[in-house]
Amino acid sequence: MRRRTRMLSDLDQDIQDHIERETQDNIERGMSLQDARFAALRKFGNVARVKEETREVWTVVWLDRLLQDLRFSLRLLCRSPGFAITVVLTLALAISANAVVFGVLNALILRPLNVPNPDSLYAIETGDSALGYQSYADYLDFRDRNRSFDALATYTVTKVVLDTGKNPSRSWAYETSGNYFDVLGIQPSLGRFFQSSDEHGPDSAPYIVLSHAYWHSRFLNDPAVVGRVVHVNRHPFTIIGVAPPGFYGTFSFFAADFFVPIVNHKQLTGRESLTARGNRWTFPAMGRLKPGVTPTQALTDLTSIGAYLEATYPKEEEHKTFSLTRPDLPNFLGRPLRAFAGGLMLLTGLILLAACANLGILFAARAADRSREVALRLALGASRTRIMRQLLTETVLISLVGGTLGLVGSVALLNRLSTWQPFSVPLHLAVAPDAMVYVAALILALVSGFLLGIVPTRQALRASRYEIVKGGAADRFGRRWTLRDALLVVQIAICAVLVMSSMVAVRGLVRSLRSDLGFQPQNAMLVDADLNMAGYSADAVWAMQRRMIDAMETLPGVEHAGLVNLPPLGPGGSGVTSVFTDETADLRPSNVAAARVYVYNVSPGYVHAAGTTLLAGRTLSWRDDKNAPSVAVVNRQFAARVLGSVTNLVGRYYKMPNGNRIQVVGVVEDGKYLSLTEEQQPAIFRPILQQPPLKEIWLVVRSARDPEQLAAAMRRRLRELDAGLPFEIKTWNTELDFALFPARVATTALGVLGMMAAMLSIAGVFGMAAYSVSRRLREFGIRIALGARRHDVLQSALGRSLKLMVFGSVVGLLLGMLASRVLAVIVYQATSRDPLVLAGVVLAMFLLGLLATWIPARRALSINPSILLREE
Amino acid sequence: MSTRYEKARIELLQGTLDLLILRTLRLGPAHGHAIAKAIEFGSDDVLRVEQGSLYPALHRLIKRGWVSVEEGTSENNRRAKFYKLTPKGRRQLGVETDKWNRLAGAIARILRPVQQESES
Repeated sequence: MRRRTRMLSDLDQDIQDHIERETQDNIERGMSLQDARFAALRKFGNVARVKEETREVWTVVWLDRLLQDLRFSLRLLCRSPGFAITVVLTLALAISANAVVFGVLNALILRPLNVPNPDSLYAIETGDSALGYQSYADYLDFRDRNRSFDALATYTVTKVVLDTGKNPSRSWAYETSGNYFDVLGIQPSLGRFFQSSDEHGPDSAPYIVLSHAYWHSRFLNDPAVVGRVVHVNRHPFTIIGVAPPGFYGTFSFFAADFFVPIVNHKQLTGRESLTARGNRWTFPAMGRLKPGVTPTQALTDLTSIGAYLEATYPKEEEHKTFSLTRPDLPNFLGRPLRAFAGGLMLLTGLILLAACANLGILFAARAADRSREVALRLALGASRTRIMRQLLTETVLISLVGGTLGLVGSVALLNRLSTWQPFSVPLHLAVAPDAMVYVAALILALVSGFLLGIVPTRQALRASRYEIVKGGAADRFGRRWTLRDALLVVQIAICAVLVMSSMVAVRGLVRSLRSDLGFQPQNAMLVDADLNMAGYSADAVWAMQRRMIDAMETLPGVEHAGLVNLPPLGPGGSGVTSVFTDETADLRPSNVAAARVYVYNVSPGYVHAAGTTLLAGRTLSWRDDKNAPSVAVVNRQFAARVLGSVTNLVGRYYKMPNGNRIQVVGVVEDGKYLSLTEEQQPAIFRPILQQPPLKEIWLVVRSARDPEQLAAAMRRRLRELDAGLPFEIKTWNTELDFALFPARVATTALGVLGMMAAMLSIAGVFGMAAYSVSRRLREFGIRIALGARRHDVLQSALGRSLKLMVFGSVVGLLLGMLASRVLAVIVYQATSRDPLVLAGVVLAMFLLGLLATWIPARRALSINPSILLREE
Repeated sequence: MSTRYEKARIELLQGTLDLLILRTLRLGPAHGHAIAKAIEFGSDDVLRVEQGSLYPALHRLIKRGWVSVEEGTSENNRRAKFYKLTPKGRRQLGVETDKWNRLAGAIARILRPVQQESES
């Protein structure tokens, strides 16, 4: 480019010089000054043309033509601003929906963990019933016995109270093995990380590594923080370093405040879980394969360790199968997430396709109106490629504008999403857009631009130029099946699928909100309290818990109050055990009666406070303490699965894995425990007095009083009991947000897509109907003048659009029934065979059709033949 | 565009003019006017080159890297642009000359019998 400017800059001067020289020569030959100059000019030729040709040598011709096409397209679009705005907005919506979904997909699934060489990092997921969790004792065996990994690290997630000297606050921490940071291969941004060499048995490594974000928010980037001693659950810990920015720990969605060594688990939680082999609570161990070891070899190695463990610890271990997964997205999380994100991507892709089909119809109609212009240009000698290029330039231009607009919207939305904190667990959605999102949006815009351009281009070029120039636009409405019709059917079908999916999802959500949870979240408050902080001893814990329950029960308006270790459907999950029938003598895992039974440690008042219905027997009482026989209340599913019947079982026994016999004293209704979509699971409720004392507890308070007033009263009462006790009060419904989150997200996403689809189908049918009416106004005028009935006119005006709409809807309905199978994974009770949904979809499509054809129908009927015919 | 003009363009095929320019510059650097003069003089005025068409051709050759430009002063001390054959251009001149000779030879062979027929 610069060479070009340099070369052309003194072209004028060169030509002048040339002509002067020639003139001089002529004068020397004896011509007069004037003649000499004329002769020189004649000999030189057309100066302007020479300049033009010289300039062309240096210009890129296609670029020049492109600019011409762009200018022409812009002029055309500016001439019909309504059309341009419709197209741009439709595309902007469709592209931004795609960019947002792609952004989420990209961030959560495609983008690897933020550590060096993430591809060589594998997590070992065990295929047994514990959802990939394992015991710390097993982890140690895998770490020391495997010959495939350089090192194996593990971690878990804990809620603790951090006291820096003022306002002790509850925080989330990763408890990690000492080699965690070394396995990941990351470097601290300040101080140092703890390492394997820091571990010398239980509670030997009181060190803290802060996450960068927490260092920033809580310690204001103070570099002197390294070396400071803080208290975690009243135990002194030294801050030794700060993690690098952008590292939030290895588990997707979850951002912890700091990292502490897992060997200090007892200090952090008060539990003796490090040595309990049957207690599965650590996340899948992860590590990098040794050079030359393939994943298959590693799996063989792991299986042999599994066999060794099974042989050595028959009571605790069962047959293990293994798989290697990504550490940040273990299968139990990754599978449904991939299914949902993939499904959503597919649906938004369909939206874009529907939008393209829709706009394609509009462009085709426009092209038909422009066919005269195109035919003229062809007749005057324009090449077909040139015309095609111009039409494509127009659609690509418009789709780029739409794409840019859409991208701006989606970037804003993604940025908001990435700072979203809908509930108490720190959610980490790193969905801020990156280059991939921009590229994806650009590609989508370009592709849709070409898709849009193909239809009108084909149409314009196929038309016979002579006929059109001679006789005006050819009326081709007699044709049975045009491309436009096909596009309309495709579009309607896609829209019907989307409308149906969103209805299925909404209906599923409504049902799951109304479904039987096994407790009544209405009129119930939860207090999440932590006795760790206050440093109560074992007996003091029980006394304090008793005092707290009494204090709640005596508040005016409170009906029941109870206590539970973790509320069902909460973010904290649930305790799990396996149980045996009373008759089983050999307590090895293969003989279990139920491998996965949820355990809740509750106070006597819990069953009533939670609003759980007692079906038989009694609830627990304060007399069920350490000195009394071990008892439990079980749910109906437990009774059916373990005890074999639902009636007459009060007083019967079952066995825990340690051989303890436990008597069933009552049966309660079934409920939901971990997620709304789970299969019915067995559960047991054990008295708190027959368990090791709980330090993290949830009080359940049932009252019809106004939640705010009640919360204030509760807060005062608790402060009176212990001013230093950290606690949070919320309604049970708020706490349920966590369990409802996937369903809500799915429903919102599908609802938005469904709305967009509905809008698109209205626009599509409307465009088609309006166009067909406007093309045939004169014909209708004549027919009305000749005495045609309104009914006949309407039928010929709109019959075709309506027929196509019905056809498209039926196709969409069938496809939708297939698509909603995918949905059932995420949204509880989502089924497409629901008659209400089917009726709803039919009704919705009917209304959409009515709405879309209303204005064109009015227009067709309001034709005044005398005026219309006079116009011609 | 006029008919005459088109004829002139057809008579002087693009490649031909390029060849003539390259050939002229083999004798040494020259400014635009000098090149035009040399072509006219060298062909005994048989080839009537419209002098202006020299410039697009020169620029084409520059773009291809066969000819370079340098500033200089002409014989009567005036500022002028001197066009100079590059080594690449020198090689190209060989190729072009060879091509031209073969073309001319081929056309001559085809035309000869016609002349003989018409003479007989």
